[in-house]
Amino acid sequence: MGNFAANEGLSIFVILVWLGINAFLFVHFYMAFLLERWFYTRVLLGQALSWARAPAACLNFNCMLILLPVCRNLLSFLRGTIQCCSRTAARQLDRNITFHKLVAYMIAFHTAVHIIAHLFNFEYFMDAQLNRNSSLLPFVLSEIGSGDNASFLNPIRTNNTSPTIVLFTTIAGLTGVAITLALILIITSSMEVIRRSYFEVFWYTHHLFVIFFIGLVFHGAGRIVRGQTLPSLQTNDPEVCSTRVEEWGNNGSSCAVPKFAGNPPQTWKWVLGPMILYVCERIVRFYRSHQKVVITKVVMHPSKTLELQMKRKGFHMEVGQYVFIQCPSVSRLEWHPFTLTSAPEEDYFSAHIRIVGDWTQALYEACAGDQTEPQDAWKLPKIAIDGPFGTASEDVFRYEVVMLVGAGIGVTPFASILKSVWYKRIQNNQDVFTKKIYFYWLCPETEAFEWFADLLQSLEAQMTEKGVMDFLSYNIYLTRWKEKEAAHFRVHHEAENDPITGLKQKTLYGKPNWDNEFSNVAAKHPGCI
Amino acid sequence: MGKIEWAMWANEQALASGLILLTGGIVGVAGQFRGWQFAAYAIAAGAFVCLLEYPRSKRTKGTSVERTGQYCFTVCVKSFGPLTRNYYVRAFLHAALSVPAGFLLATVLGCVCLGIASLIYLAAAIRGEHWEPILPKKEMVRKPDDSMKNPPQNPPPRPPPETRRKRVDDLEGAAYDNPIPVGE
Repeated sequence: MGNFAANEGLSIFVILVWLGINAFLFVHFYMAFLLERWFYTRVLLGQALSWARAPAACLNFNCMLILLPVCRNLLSFLRGTIQCCSRTAARQLDRNITFHKLVAYMIAFHTAVHIIAHLFNFEYFMDAQLNRNSSLLPFVLSEIGSGDNASFLNPIRTNNTSPTIVLFTTIAGLTGVAITLALILIITSSMEVIRRSYFEVFWYTHHLFVIFFIGLVFHGAGRIVRGQTLPSLQTNDPEVCSTRVEEWGNNGSSCAVPKFAGNPPQTWKWVLGPMILYVCERIVRFYRSHQKVVITKVVMHPSKTLELQMKRKGFHMEVGQYVFIQCPSVSRLEWHPFTLTSAPEEDYFSAHIRIVGDWTQALYEACAGDQTEPQDAWKLPKIAIDGPFGTASEDVFRYEVVMLVGAGIGVTPFASILKSVWYKRIQNNQDVFTKKIYFYWLCPETEAFEWFADLLQSLEAQMTEKGVMDFLSYNIYLTRWKEKEAAHFRVHHEAENDPITGLKQKTLYGKPNWDNEFSNVAAKHPGCI
Repeated sequence: MGKIEWAMWANEQALASGLILLTGGIVGVAGQFRGWQFAAYAIAAGAFVCLLEYPRSKRTKGTSVERTGQYCFTVCVKSFGPLTRNYYVRAFLHAALSVPAGFLLATVLGCVCLGIASLIYLAAAIRGEHWEPILPKKEMVRKPDDSMKNPPQNPPPRPPPETRRKRVDDLEGAAYDNPIPVGE
């Protein structure tokens, strides 16, 4: 339970604060429309007015928030500044997409409440125009402002129409339909099934958010929600005058005819800041993408892994970071994230790319990975890089004893870490804070070992040379094997080097017994973990 | 973008439209709006669309992810044969179903969403996609190969006696040392 609190405490706190602000805004704006100013509006609409305005306020708040978690350059920058103060706070920034989704669900929910309330509002407005009986207050109120068309209350001005027609002839209605459609299309194309299989559909449809935000800003421009003006409240007190309708405007009466006006649109005040931040983010991404990146080396590894070694002026990375790679000759619009597998100490940066889909396949062919003769450097395609962006691996060197666990291709950040370890400890012989590294690699098949095994082999050789064998302790677990291979392993059990990896430390089979591992490590290093 | 099966997105959009039609219809009927008959129609149409679209189709390439408990719906939808298999039929059906909902404000959103779903289904149909039911795979009974029926007639080949002699100096290592390599 204590672990849960330490790991999730800050996240839960952030979520609770966010929910709290939503609840506060909802209640506050609900109550704001129960004031005197809105008395006559409520005569027409009842509680549906407040039920529409309260989620509108929450929508303003959430639409402001939704752009922020996807400004990854901004988040990287924040991460750098927060790191020195609090590591847990910096880790929250890794959950930006989860927060983005939560806010999106909240927007969908509030949109539903807002629309249902307005359905009732339209119906009530229409009712007021259709029941043309001068003794009914709603009808009298609807007739106000028919002369100058400025001080009216009921946005439906005649009885010769229907709510659907009004929907398509008002700014609020048109923008409302457009942005709701955009929202629905964004949501249906963001379902996990579509996202995982056809990322392009998800990504291109998601750009409908531009229409969403433009429509949102103009949604209130028609000032369709109208309340009594302040000067009018002086001459017509609703408490007193609502029962004396016949007297309105008569000479000598204390009740003038009330005048109404709409509120100026408020949404732009909420969303303008984040919109500008997001535009800046896209400009930064665009600028970075135009900086020259040169491919210095292309290496083909077994099991369809392509290694690209690149250089860019002024590129600086930390261990375990990732970059977005774009290859204009393959696709002008696709940016794909890859973990950097080189160490910061090297003069190039590299990424190992598994060839699994159409983009990676096309990249492999463009980089002439399928040809064996050396290629001229100018034949290699132009590449653009966005990043590097940070992940949790940056914290590795702040701890004395470190356990690294990677599964399958997820081991790539550790390639960067182990290389950096090698450079720091062995070459420069710096005194690093980290004293011991336990590395666990779980893998389903033997083929995936090759490129990483080379790295481990060279590390091992270097460590034996320098006599620091016990700095790094690694355990490789093979979780799937075929019968024929099993026989081979049994026979070569006594060989000095492992039959699969060629390393001194033997490959283990199955999954590790984590309870044992954790208790062993904790026992060996009391107080450090 | 060449490999996309548009029907998958059309399916998500149509299911969402069904739910929106249903909700709009319920609001229209509960609020007793003018023209509530259209709302009642929307409830029926929305429910029908949800039932039709709930079972996901099997993908031509890749793994298909079922929705929870979709098997009974799959069986029902499958029983209509070519009517539900063909996406042209679905596209026109959705277009037709959406029209009456356009006459009432409460259901107009459902109408437009279903119209969009119908367009995506049309695109899917033009590309030659069709609906395939996801059925549980039948258990394959494994039969042993013919060669396993007869026991070997001859003893295995042995190397000459010199190589067969055990290495007395390293008995431990000798236990694992095969004169003929095992595996590849």
